[in-house]
Amino acid sequence: MLHDLSIGELADRLAARELSSVELTRHFLARIERLNPGLNAVITVTAEEALAAAARADARLGQGERGPLLGIPLIHKDIFCTDGVRTSCGSRMLDNFIAPYDATVVAKLKAAGVVMLGKANMDEFAMGSSNETSFYGPVRNPWDPTKVPGGSSGGSAAAAAARLAPCSTGTDTGGSIRQPAALTGITGVKPTYGRVSRYGMIAFASSLDQAGVLAQSAADAATVLKVMAGFDPKDSTSVDAPVPDYPALLNAPLKGLKIGLLREFFDGLEPRNAKLIRDALAVFTSLGAETLEVSLPHLPMSVPTYYVVAPAECSSNLSRFDGVRYGYRCESPRDLTDLYQRSRGEGFGAEVKRRIMTGTYVLSAGYFDAYYLKAQRVRRLITDDFRAAFEKVDLLAGPTTPTPAFAIGAKIDDPVTMYLNDIYTIGANLAGLPGVSAPCGFVDGLPLGLQLIGPHFAEARLLGAAHQFQLATAWHTHRPRGYE
Amino acid sequence: MSNWEVVIGLEIHAQLATRSKIFSGSPTAYGAPPNTQADLVDLAYPGVLPVLNGEALRMAIKFGLAINAQIAPRSIFARKNYFYPDLPKGYQISQYEQPVVGKGAITVLNDDGTVKRIGVTRAHLEEDAGKSLHEGLANASGIDLNRAGTPLLEIVSEPDMRSAKEAVAYMKKIHTLVRYLEICDGNMQEGSFRCDANVSVRQRGAEKFGTRAEIKNLNSFRFVEKAIHYEVARQIEVIESGGKVVQETRLYDSDKNETRSMRSKEEANDYRYFPDPDLLPLEIEEGFIASVRATLPELPDEKASRFARDFALSAYDAGVLSASREMGGYFEAVVATLGKPHAKLAANWVMGELSGMLNRDNLEITQSRISAEALAGLLKRIVDTTISGKIAKEVFESMWSDGKSADVIIEERDLEQITDSGAIERVIDEVMAANPKQLSDYRSGKDKLFGFFVGQVMKATGGKANPAQLNELLKTKLAGGQAAPARLS
Repeated sequence: MLHDLSIGELADRLAARELSSVELTRHFLARIERLNPGLNAVITVTAEEALAAAARADARLGQGERGPLLGIPLIHKDIFCTDGVRTSCGSRMLDNFIAPYDATVVAKLKAAGVVMLGKANMDEFAMGSSNETSFYGPVRNPWDPTKVPGGSSGGSAAAAAARLAPCSTGTDTGGSIRQPAALTGITGVKPTYGRVSRYGMIAFASSLDQAGVLAQSAADAATVLKVMAGFDPKDSTSVDAPVPDYPALLNAPLKGLKIGLLREFFDGLEPRNAKLIRDALAVFTSLGAETLEVSLPHLPMSVPTYYVVAPAECSSNLSRFDGVRYGYRCESPRDLTDLYQRSRGEGFGAEVKRRIMTGTYVLSAGYFDAYYLKAQRVRRLITDDFRAAFEKVDLLAGPTTPTPAFAIGAKIDDPVTMYLNDIYTIGANLAGLPGVSAPCGFVDGLPLGLQLIGPHFAEARLLGAAHQFQLATAWHTHRPRGYE
Repeated sequence: MSNWEVVIGLEIHAQLATRSKIFSGSPTAYGAPPNTQADLVDLAYPGVLPVLNGEALRMAIKFGLAINAQIAPRSIFARKNYFYPDLPKGYQISQYEQPVVGKGAITVLNDDGTVKRIGVTRAHLEEDAGKSLHEGLANASGIDLNRAGTPLLEIVSEPDMRSAKEAVAYMKKIHTLVRYLEICDGNMQEGSFRCDANVSVRQRGAEKFGTRAEIKNLNSFRFVEKAIHYEVARQIEVIESGGKVVQETRLYDSDKNETRSMRSKEEANDYRYFPDPDLLPLEIEEGFIASVRATLPELPDEKASRFARDFALSAYDAGVLSASREMGGYFEAVVATLGKPHAKLAANWVMGELSGMLNRDNLEITQSRISAEALAGLLKRIVDTTISGKIAKEVFESMWSDGKSADVIIEERDLEQITDSGAIERVIDEVMAANPKQLSDYRSGKDKLFGFFVGQVMKATGGKANPAQLNELLKTKLAGGQAAPARLS
């Protein structure tokens, strides 16, 4: 079936003209129509635009043009601005917002001939770990519809896992690509902070947000990332460094690669989960890598640090949603204060409000030093821990999540428990490091992920290691029942 | 002398003369229809990001170098958070800790000729907000975001000024400086240059400052002076009648000439400043600073001392003539044609007749109807005694109104001085003959009548007799002697 093929295989067929992009696009649109109602992964389907884009890609192919993504369908997380298409960020606040421009990521993929099928559901403003905070309702995990797919890129993950598209884009502020990738049994890559432009990606926490890919394999992710990455003069935090040819570097041998096992990640880890990780590491050893245990003493402080820094930035980033220029505006406001209070009060959901209030608090006079400044100091210590670790090892390894997917509704009323779901992923965001989650087995029929973290700009090494692992294992080829 | 000492510090906002905004590519030109100069970044659309305009940074550094300030090797943009419709992001990008320009100073010349040093605490880059429009809209407010994102340099002084006059002198000096540096057009009507004044009073000799009030948004030198005068009187009255000055923000109402409370310290916003994560810390390298330094023009103080030294002018004259680059340039052009020995004459004319006309017609020196070369052409005729200073003023007025050269006007109207002593003597003889009574009175000791005879001769010659020659000849003749052969002075 077409949806079983890798991006490379699809591109080959398109290049050979055995398959047209329009056919391929129709195939995935049909899958979305049939399967999405059970998942709620895609909240805007752009069938007409997709078919037009596919026809354009076919025309380019017909003229002899070739490209790794020319004519390949994809779903964008609804956090990326898409010109002329609703960009809701999972919020009532932007339910009526038609973006007037393309995010740089969208523009780059569009130029490469990617066909956007639609926009993926997500936690509201990317704040959540279960995709339950979305204004459009929760996304269901293709492996078990009573379970969450993870978040905040829950729609992107469920869509890719259910093969509603060959791949999808996501963003990762505290684990929002890696955690849902792990919980839905796919491969997710969160690049180095600054590797991919943030322009046009609606900001949650600017110093942590980074765009990435959710795909069927590390090889597919490498192909997409290569197109997405690169310096953007519109984003002052993007880094002006050449983009390596990730797909060409996938086969670098693992012999001699030093992989550090994060001791802190195994403390108290559920034994079945721990076993899967250790089994995965045994695969790496068999491929010639060495493993050694390393410790990052400040890493356990990641979650509290993150829940000061991220809300602080979000409280300011979300101030622009005031009902004045675009987005939700309350009915007949009495005056300016009423306009602000009700537009924001009615437009934002509970989790977003919680974080805005937390962030406002930690930045307030009298609390700034005790919270924000202290969190920044701890962030520095965590970054230093990683730096020290990478003097000894080439990659760090551990679980992506503490548990497999949990039940919808199980944690939504307990924010602290929910926040702890990102305990293993947040560190990489605080330090700006790249990370990959790759499927490494199942517990109770639900997938789990192995997380690899690399030094800054070591995406090629990470993707290569994940690819070698995927050549030696079959976890990433498993399909959820009903979505084969 | 009053028992009260006034303490003033100014926060000047100078709009930087960049073509585009500080964090977006929109143009900064003034006066466009509302919201036509605001792009997605200025409108704070979801997902957009700021990118610093390098020209604004260059201008800030230029200012820092001109006041001998430390340029921060690392400087940070911060967000100042508050909600207002003309602030689309809900925060203003400014600098809080680690501004680009650190401590510096300028000097001002007081009326008594003393020089006072006034410290500049810091200068930082920030973006301007938009404007709320309330006129002509029923039950609604309009928002014009053309100004949103316009680059500002906020120049914060030390509380070093001790009178409204000093405050104005300081503000004028900064005004001169930013225009010299060509980093701000200085247009106060359009709000390109405005200030907030922090004013307090204390008992003379007291060590601690009094509680200050901040007067917002003063956009003329006159308003600064008047607002401070009013505020000082108000504060003294409050204290002398047993009250306490409260720390607050006040607004100056120029129609009523009073300041009014806007909000107290308790009502002040908590701006929740924090470093803007969208903009990396600015690392400013020595090489960059050096490249900016290389573009510095001759500064006002340097120009003034050069004028004083090279042209033997008083400090006051040199100061006035160097008050703007254009004024200095005009003056130097006059001197270049006229010759250095006559620099004082040039100075008098530029500061006197020319400035008077410019003021009368509300023109800038660059719009002068008489070019520097044309003025020099006129002054040449004074120097070579073709005309007297008095006639020169008439010629000047004609030049101003009809644009002809001095020589053409002198020729057309036959204004050339009579320097032929024979001709002057003939007129003197006629005048003496026509006024026998006055002649005999003079000769019997009424010296004052000398002026009468000068007047009569001038009248008879249409004012054209060379005054020095006339004096000399008249003295001899009235005394009954023979005139010596005329010598021109």
